[in-house]
Amino acid sequence: MTTTDGYRARRYSPERSAWGRLTARDSVLRRLDWVMVWAALALSGIGTLLVYSATRNRTELNQGDPYYFLLRNILNTGIGLGLAIGAVWVGHRALRGAVPILYAISVLLTVAVLTPLGATINGARSWIQLGGGFSLQPSEFTKITIALGMAMLLSAKVDAGERLHPDHRTVVEALGLAALPILIILLMPDLGSVMVLVVIVLAVLLASGASNRWIAGLIGTGVLGCILIWQLGVLDEYQINRFAAFANPALDPSGVGYNTNQARIAIGSGGLLGAGLFHGSQTTGQFVPEQQTDFIFTVAGEELGFVGAGAIIFLVGVVIWRACRIARETTELYGTIVAAGIIAWFAFQSFENIGMTLGIMPVTGLPLPFVSYGGSSMFAAWIAIGLLQSIKVQRPVSA
Amino acid sequence: MTNLPDSGRTSRVTIRLIVIQILVFSLLLTLAGRLWYLQIRNGDEYTAEAADNHIQQVVAPATRGSILDARGVPLADNETRLVVSASRTDLMKMKDRGRTVLARLAGVLNMKPEDVAAKVRLCDAKTPKPCWAGSPYQPIPITDEATTQQALQIRERAEDFPGITAEPTAVRRYAGPGGSNTAQVLGYLSPVTDEEITKAKAGRSPLLRSDQVGRSGLERQYDSQLRGKAGVTRYEVDNLGRVIGKAKSDKAVPGANLVTSIDARVQAIAERELDQAMKDARKEVDKNTGTNYKADAGAVVVMEAKTGRVVAMASNPTYDPNAWVGGISAKDYQNLTGKDSGFPLLNRAIQGQAAPGSIFKVISATAAVKAGYAFDDNYNCSASYSIGNQVFKNFESKGYGPINLGRALEVSCDTVFYDLAYRQWQKDGGNNPKHPADWFYKTAHEFGLGKETGIDLPNEVTGRVPDREWKKNYWEANKDSWCKQGKTDTSYAGQIAKENCESGMRMRAGDSVNYSIGQGDTLVTPLQMATIYAAISNGGTLWNPTVGKAVISPDGRTVHEIEPRSHGRLPFDKRTRDQIDGALAGVATQGTAAWRFEGWPQKEIPMHAKTGTAEVYGKQTTSWFATYTGDYAVVMTISQGGTGSGASGPAVRNIYNALYGVDEKGKIDAKKALLPHPETGLPKIEKDGTIEARPIEPPPPSPSARKEEQDS
Repeated sequence: MTTTDGYRARRYSPERSAWGRLTARDSVLRRLDWVMVWAALALSGIGTLLVYSATRNRTELNQGDPYYFLLRNILNTGIGLGLAIGAVWVGHRALRGAVPILYAISVLLTVAVLTPLGATINGARSWIQLGGGFSLQPSEFTKITIALGMAMLLSAKVDAGERLHPDHRTVVEALGLAALPILIILLMPDLGSVMVLVVIVLAVLLASGASNRWIAGLIGTGVLGCILIWQLGVLDEYQINRFAAFANPALDPSGVGYNTNQARIAIGSGGLLGAGLFHGSQTTGQFVPEQQTDFIFTVAGEELGFVGAGAIIFLVGVVIWRACRIARETTELYGTIVAAGIIAWFAFQSFENIGMTLGIMPVTGLPLPFVSYGGSSMFAAWIAIGLLQSIKVQRPVSA
Repeated sequence: MTNLPDSGRTSRVTIRLIVIQILVFSLLLTLAGRLWYLQIRNGDEYTAEAADNHIQQVVAPATRGSILDARGVPLADNETRLVVSASRTDLMKMKDRGRTVLARLAGVLNMKPEDVAAKVRLCDAKTPKPCWAGSPYQPIPITDEATTQQALQIRERAEDFPGITAEPTAVRRYAGPGGSNTAQVLGYLSPVTDEEITKAKAGRSPLLRSDQVGRSGLERQYDSQLRGKAGVTRYEVDNLGRVIGKAKSDKAVPGANLVTSIDARVQAIAERELDQAMKDARKEVDKNTGTNYKADAGAVVVMEAKTGRVVAMASNPTYDPNAWVGGISAKDYQNLTGKDSGFPLLNRAIQGQAAPGSIFKVISATAAVKAGYAFDDNYNCSASYSIGNQVFKNFESKGYGPINLGRALEVSCDTVFYDLAYRQWQKDGGNNPKHPADWFYKTAHEFGLGKETGIDLPNEVTGRVPDREWKKNYWEANKDSWCKQGKTDTSYAGQIAKENCESGMRMRAGDSVNYSIGQGDTLVTPLQMATIYAAISNGGTLWNPTVGKAVISPDGRTVHEIEPRSHGRLPFDKRTRDQIDGALAGVATQGTAAWRFEGWPQKEIPMHAKTGTAEVYGKQTTSWFATYTGDYAVVMTISQGGTGSGASGPAVRNIYNALYGVDEKGKIDAKKALLPHPETGLPKIEKDGTIEARPIEPPPPSPSARKEEQDS
């Protein structure tokens, strides 16, 4: 293709200063969903306080420095925000091209966990120690890559206008893509993450418009699998007891039952307004294990009461509500599927995490998004926020 | 960007997004509902559980106050023993749950490892004793009899004995100063029961698991004052039981000291004399039964006549109260309460009751005067007295002819009182009473019989005045068995039963006659009689006897004196009282007790006495001896011991000798007198809790015993 010298067709691209670009009516900043950003920031802020309260006198964990976890959590949140900005900058569409690479990296990392590189914490081999007190939990990122990868496959033909809904072959491919990392994570065994991933897969399939038969078949297979595991006695009695102890702490009184019981006492004793930040006896006395991570909600329950703990649920609701709006309003199926995956992830993981502290869900090792201490989980959650923002910002203006 | 189809999505996707949205928000609503349920609806329950979780109490027992005699000599105090304790919290943190440490400890203490292990296990429904019933956060005592050597081994090798302490600890001690025992008066302690803790919760002095509670005697009566308040330190602990802070704490308040009116020296003499008198009685042959007297029980009370304060109170058989310290063994308990034990836990001065015999006659004499029979009139003292075909013997006396009431008391003439009682019975309507005056029964009530004296000792018994009301109730309760027995049984007992069946509801002539000389169904305690004779001495005031004299705070600063209180006056005027007083002096000088008070310095220390020998159906006679001077009343009784003056006489004389420093020839040596006048002051307790009291020596053997040695 040749062009005439001296003449360059100027695309419509008014010169604007950087500041002008950011503040203009149609700027990225103005088009961001700030409600969601503020809600996520508020969750991270509350989380930071709760992490500090839970760890300031856990000397066996904080190496004698009461601010150890506080500072690290602030740093994690900062990195998370940076990753979110990066995600908006790059954009989910650009990432679409990088999905195979991201997927490959994430699978390799999960495999690495099973090698001697991995570290076992609380019976699950799901971490890679990075040194300096930092560690990586690849299963957190798998949540993103599965959503992105499945969305890419399922939306390709639809967004290209070739089909109204994904065909069976595509669905099989997408399920295969999800099955590989899920199986690896099942080997760790990190049941909590597997549960979340399965829910993400379900939501992604739902949002993709895949045939009802797939949805029904998947759910049916899951139920059948559970019945088979139960009936064939694959699990030992103590494993079943540990699973059921959330409902009846007496089944595993020194293990999960103890956690459940202490968590319930902590939350229950909070009452309407709580004991006040740093004043909870259950928290100060370290009666609840894993309180800065999986059981962070108990700190909120005890020290901030119904008002504070309810606010966390409310803020999670706000994030999800905004995400739902984004999912509904975007016209491109790719974005819709990614948003639906993230919605399912946030909602189910929050429900499972808070639910286990309240004694209505079995105890699994899952963090509360934005609130729990933990780098990987924080990063993954903020990347997800970035992706949602990108979907909103890059929404094509319908004709 | 325009290569996308206009319809970005199909309606299927839109509907499914809505489904996802509904599902997601119902999950969040579920969480909010559950949160409300836990925090708002059941919040209180969990708040309580959280408090239980993180507050642990450590109890520092209060030092129990001492029980002192009137001069400050400790009758019950605390001694420091080396107590080896184990901290369960520390042991449980060890890998083997402390097994190695306990085994090592057992070696040092010369105990069996399994015994040591048993002591630190916690009591529950499945664990047999021994086990630890207290708080697991409380140091658990392994032994309170560690030697200094053992304690040093444990303390010097602290690294070998983590969680084990060897500390000097206060343990109750009944020192038995000067050979006194005072067991039944002092009482004893034993660990508190669950019921008591529950009961005391609402009260003013709540009990703690570690508390010992007074079970009888002064330890029980003054328990709340003596016990003090245990210190409770409440620690906030974390999940491993590590202390992370101190919550509200209460300091231990040591118990107050109880000063009693007991004089340990006199107490020792009283115990010695009672014991000796019973031993001597057992050597005498009972002419009625032809066997030696059993002398199975006895009691003596020495009381201040003007205040009712108890200077000495002894009960025999007795026991060593130290048997209770540190928990009583099953064998010891059997020895104290078994069938053949003689029930040494009973304080027979307040819990033993028997017919009073002739020492009751002061009451009959007063009643006669009240009924209109002049004291100085003459009444016929015949050798026997007949009503119908019934003959009533003049037990202790012979016929003296016409004598006045004073002389009747002196020589203890039964027939004079028989006659008076019979005439009063007839006056009251005989077998068909109409508004009977019942002077003899009314007077007994007015003398305080049939009810407690109100002494500050628990479980005092009332005795019994067998008046018409009692007879009626008693007959109602027993008539069925009497009538049944009377129909078939032809023995003497059967005849009595038959008679009782037919007429037991009535006050019969024989009942009244027997009653007038203290026989029959009348029951009194030695303390009641001491109260009555003290009242005759002091002009008529019936004091509530007291053993406690003052409660003094541990630092000696606050003194709460226990003032004597009266429960009435004897129903006679001054003239009658003087006449009786004179007659009782006559008993000691020329009456039934004269032979026991030979050479007594009657002028310096006027002695008054009354002897009594009570018949008990199926048993040997009860010996009674009631005496008083201006300062003291002394009453002694020996069950199945013989006559009043015979069995109890020398003992009572010896007690007086010791009190006033009188030798056997009747000479008074003021230096030898233990207590010529009642102690009026209180011992001084210093600020630091020390009490000045000179150590006292046990008394020599009883003069009666010494005499015996010389004889043989």
